[in-house]
Amino acid sequence: MFGDLSTRLSDTFKNLRTRGKLTEADIDGTLRDIRKALLEADVSLEVVKSFVAAVRFRALGDEVSKALNPAEQVVQIVNAELVGILGGEARQIRLAKNPPTVIMLAGLQGSGKTTLAGKLALWLKNQQQTPLLVACDLQRPNAVNQLQVLAERAGVDVFAPEPGNGVGDPVKVAKQSIEHAKSKAHSVVIIDTAGRLGVDEELMQQASNIRKATDPDEVLFVIDAMLGQDAVTVAQAFNDGVGITGSVLTKLDGDARGGAALSVASITGESVLFSSTGEGLEDFEQFYPDRMASRILDLGDVLTLIEQAQKTFDEEQQKELAEKIAKETFTLEDFLDQMQQLKKMGSMKSLLGMIPGASKVKNQLDDFDEAELKHTEAIIQSMTPVERQQPKVLNGSRRQRIARGSGTTVTEVNALVNRFEQAAKMMKTMSKGGTPQIQGMNMGALGGGNPTAKKSKNKKKKGSKSGNPAKRAAEERAMLEGKTNKSQGSGSAFGL
Amino acid sequence: MVDFKFWRRDKTNQQTVEVELPKRDLSGIRSLFPGEMSADSIQDLEDILLMADFGIGASEQIVEELKARANKFGAVSDAELRLVLKDLLVEYLQRDDSQLNLTTGKLPYVFLVVGVNGAGKTTTIGKLARWLSDGGWKVTLGAADTFRAAAVDQLATWAQRAEADLVKPEKEGQDPASVAYKTVERAIDQDADIAIIDTAGRLQNKKDLMDELGKIRRAVDKIAQVDEVLLVIDATTGQNGVNQARAFSEVSEVTGLVLSKLDGTAKGGVLYAIQREFDIPVKLVGVGEGINDFAFFSAEEFARGLVAR
Repeated sequence: MFGDLSTRLSDTFKNLRTRGKLTEADIDGTLRDIRKALLEADVSLEVVKSFVAAVRFRALGDEVSKALNPAEQVVQIVNAELVGILGGEARQIRLAKNPPTVIMLAGLQGSGKTTLAGKLALWLKNQQQTPLLVACDLQRPNAVNQLQVLAERAGVDVFAPEPGNGVGDPVKVAKQSIEHAKSKAHSVVIIDTAGRLGVDEELMQQASNIRKATDPDEVLFVIDAMLGQDAVTVAQAFNDGVGITGSVLTKLDGDARGGAALSVASITGESVLFSSTGEGLEDFEQFYPDRMASRILDLGDVLTLIEQAQKTFDEEQQKELAEKIAKETFTLEDFLDQMQQLKKMGSMKSLLGMIPGASKVKNQLDDFDEAELKHTEAIIQSMTPVERQQPKVLNGSRRQRIARGSGTTVTEVNALVNRFEQAAKMMKTMSKGGTPQIQGMNMGALGGGNPTAKKSKNKKKKGSKSGNPAKRAAEERAMLEGKTNKSQGSGSAFGL
Repeated sequence: MVDFKFWRRDKTNQQTVEVELPKRDLSGIRSLFPGEMSADSIQDLEDILLMADFGIGASEQIVEELKARANKFGAVSDAELRLVLKDLLVEYLQRDDSQLNLTTGKLPYVFLVVGVNGAGKTTTIGKLARWLSDGGWKVTLGAADTFRAAAVDQLATWAQRAEADLVKPEKEGQDPASVAYKTVERAIDQDADIAIIDTAGRLQNKKDLMDELGKIRRAVDKIAQVDEVLLVIDATTGQNGVNQARAFSEVSEVTGLVLSKLDGTAKGGVLYAIQREFDIPVKLVGVGEGINDFAFFSAEEFARGLVAR
């Protein structure tokens, strides 16, 4: 059964204790499990194949984290790719600059278009829009009737000039509805169309004609979460025949994995916008790619496990660093490592700016120059291992060589070495419990440069992954302020 | 070949008589394997079966079995391999109970039609009713889908097209079990040959709705024997079809499957896993929106269509 993927992967993790670069065998083993799980979740074979190939390529590349074992890394990449294909960030519905916004629904029979039309109308109404439902399914017995009932329940207007049940021209109705909406000042028009098969050329032509007649801002492809392998063929046919701008996943309250969402998003390249999750009109919500990813590949538990592994690893790293400093073995490599962590924090800038009292920290981050970090990286990477471990050996000719190798000048190399020595001296003082005496120093932006202080103040490491961004930012702030208070002054130990 | 003889009431003397209904042959199944088949391409068949929604287990099993048989019989050419594959599929899908249960002669027959939302229950009932009416049967339909907006009207349209009698709920949101009961009661009163009850679409993981279905079944059981509980599954459904079969069987004792919408590009391979795993025969196949667009399932025709060039 499918639910076992998490268990199966957890077992794989246990067996793979080695950390480091992924071997092809590691990757292929994990990918076999993933492939099977994707197929059982009804992701189309074609999509599974290209997906697995993409993950394999990425896993074989350079993206390796020492924190994780190979199987865990593959799973992390898989999750990221899944979320990526499903649309990354949830996309908002496109509203026209000049109302009415026209939304056309299309899909197979029984996918849930009419019910969805009602739900979408209610949702838009709650967004202060004035939607108009348009009955263009003149095929299915009493589809028009159904839409009228739904409109009444949602408390929105409906445009249904034709009785349906095979009577009336849907293209004409669609065209008229736009005029009607304009005259009644409706801000959104939702066109419900008849269900059709991708192979039905006549009906696909009709859908295309409705599109031409109404020039919709969105053509939403309505997919049943239970849809199987045919998703690819159907999505392709609708995309070629009508042209779709996004999709909506229905019946997500069932127990289907919903792999079709991945197939359709992958084939059309368009995001899934909404999901429909129940019998009630209000059971309708924005689509969340990350939730869908974990539904398709039940990876929830595994991802938590991975996160924990990573956290433990980071903590271990911190402990090692603290020991090194205490033993005066803080090297240029550690120095570089610390700065790279600081760089990671750069992306936190905008978040910090939103938190009251965090502006001080933000200003310090503003001073942080990424280009300079690149130079520093280049300089340190141009050193031999011995030079990195024991900067004392850096004589004039070695410095000249390093400057040439890193494309910088000897002056810059000198400046870096000086900054390093100052930082090392300061850390040593602090690790012994003293107050740094160096003027113009600010440990605040040092990025984990004071592990002992941090350990006592805040067990959580910077960059530890609290799921809640606000909480995460608050953690950062508490940590940074703790350090800032310790040393007064502005500027940075690393002069960055 | 199945004998197409059923029993219904004779209009003149009220006796139960043997009748023949027009047989609807399954045709137009799209081929799985349009390319050349050879010993080397047997492995490709696994992918092809996967793409037809057979599922991983069934696909692997069929390929292994085909390899073994091809070896045994020394089948190597395209034609030979297709024949071996066809025979294999027929062997696994052929059953002697794939005909509708209209032969006991105990009238009225009672059919319950169940399935998830949008599977095609109402349309299936409309087609079935028309076919029976054409054969001179007196049909009573019951609109026990009291939930979905305008579902009753939709069935009413089909009832009209099929010239069948219709029992509607007396008020909106009425207990569907009572509508089902009244339908059978009316069928008995009116000397109808068959009562077919439409139920609301429900997702199989919704406990309260599944309990409601159990209640409908028990209500009908009180007044008559239930001859068929037909589970309608959309041919485009993937592996979730297996869950559907399991859950609906548990609450309503499904006796047959209806595979709807097989006129599209979907192959409906999930029926293979369902029929084998739950021992439920496929009885009917829906192949279009027209009132006559359905056929009786035949393993022979289905397999022949799949392996045709």
